[in-house]
Amino acid sequence: MAPDMVTVIDLVLLALLCATAIAIILVRQLFAVAMLTGAFSMLSAGLLVTLDAVDVAFTEAAVGAGVSTVLLLGTLALTQRRSEETRRRGTAPALLAVILTGCALVYATTDMPGFGDPGAPGFRHVVPEYISGSETDIGVPNIVTSVLASYRGYDTLGEVAVIFTAGIGVLLLLGRRREDEIQDEARRSDSGGEG
Amino acid sequence: MWTAAAIALLVAMMMALARAFLGPSLFDRILAINSFGTKILLLIGVLGFLTERPEFMDIALLYALVNFIGTIAVLKFFRYRNLGLSGPAAGNLENRE
Repeated sequence: MAPDMVTVIDLVLLALLCATAIAIILVRQLFAVAMLTGAFSMLSAGLLVTLDAVDVAFTEAAVGAGVSTVLLLGTLALTQRRSEETRRRGTAPALLAVILTGCALVYATTDMPGFGDPGAPGFRHVVPEYISGSETDIGVPNIVTSVLASYRGYDTLGEVAVIFTAGIGVLLLLGRRREDEIQDEARRSDSGGEG
Repeated sequence: MWTAAAIALLVAMMMALARAFLGPSLFDRILAINSFGTKILLLIGVLGFLTERPEFMDIALLYALVNFIGTIAVLKFFRYRNLGLSGPAAGNLENRE
């Protein structure tokens, strides 16, 4: 009974995800769109939890639902609040290309190994070594932690460098204006003499 | 019992999302998205009990924190029309408007 219910939850979450995506396209009020992207990230995080990808779900919830909503709102403060109607001309070839690509991708999934199949090629290369060696090589009981922090330590270091660079970029873009405004405030209160 | 709870949560999620799509005012949407996030984290908790792995509660707790911070940020944006300022500077901006 329980697996059936999990399938039902998966299907409903996917349907809600589709509905949210369509609503994001249709709604013209950008504030509402920013809110809906947060809901979209929350839904995908929920789906990732049902797929047992808990660490990815953590990242999606923190980055997608938390930080990106805040960044979108910060961007919204610097631009206008409504998007303009785009002209619906020449969309037929684009739609055709998207449908063809989608069909090709769905066709490719038939070649993929079953979900959670322990005999899948990805699980046979180094994974058995990680599972058997984690306890003695690293001494960390959690295998995911030992893979991320030690077996693939350089990979994680590279990711941290990328995220740090992205953070600096965002701070330069959004933080600059704040300094200007504070100086502007200071100048105004100096000249105006208002308390 | 957990199945019934999960179905009830899914229905509630659909209703909250419908309010977020239709919502005439911004506050409707903010409230809908906030309660939608709450439903998601409740669903994750129920899912943990459904698959007999109650450790999922920890994840649900983190989601609660993220959801809360997000709502605070949105409300702050709505109040001050800006996220950059805080403290006394934000007070000045408020007076100016």
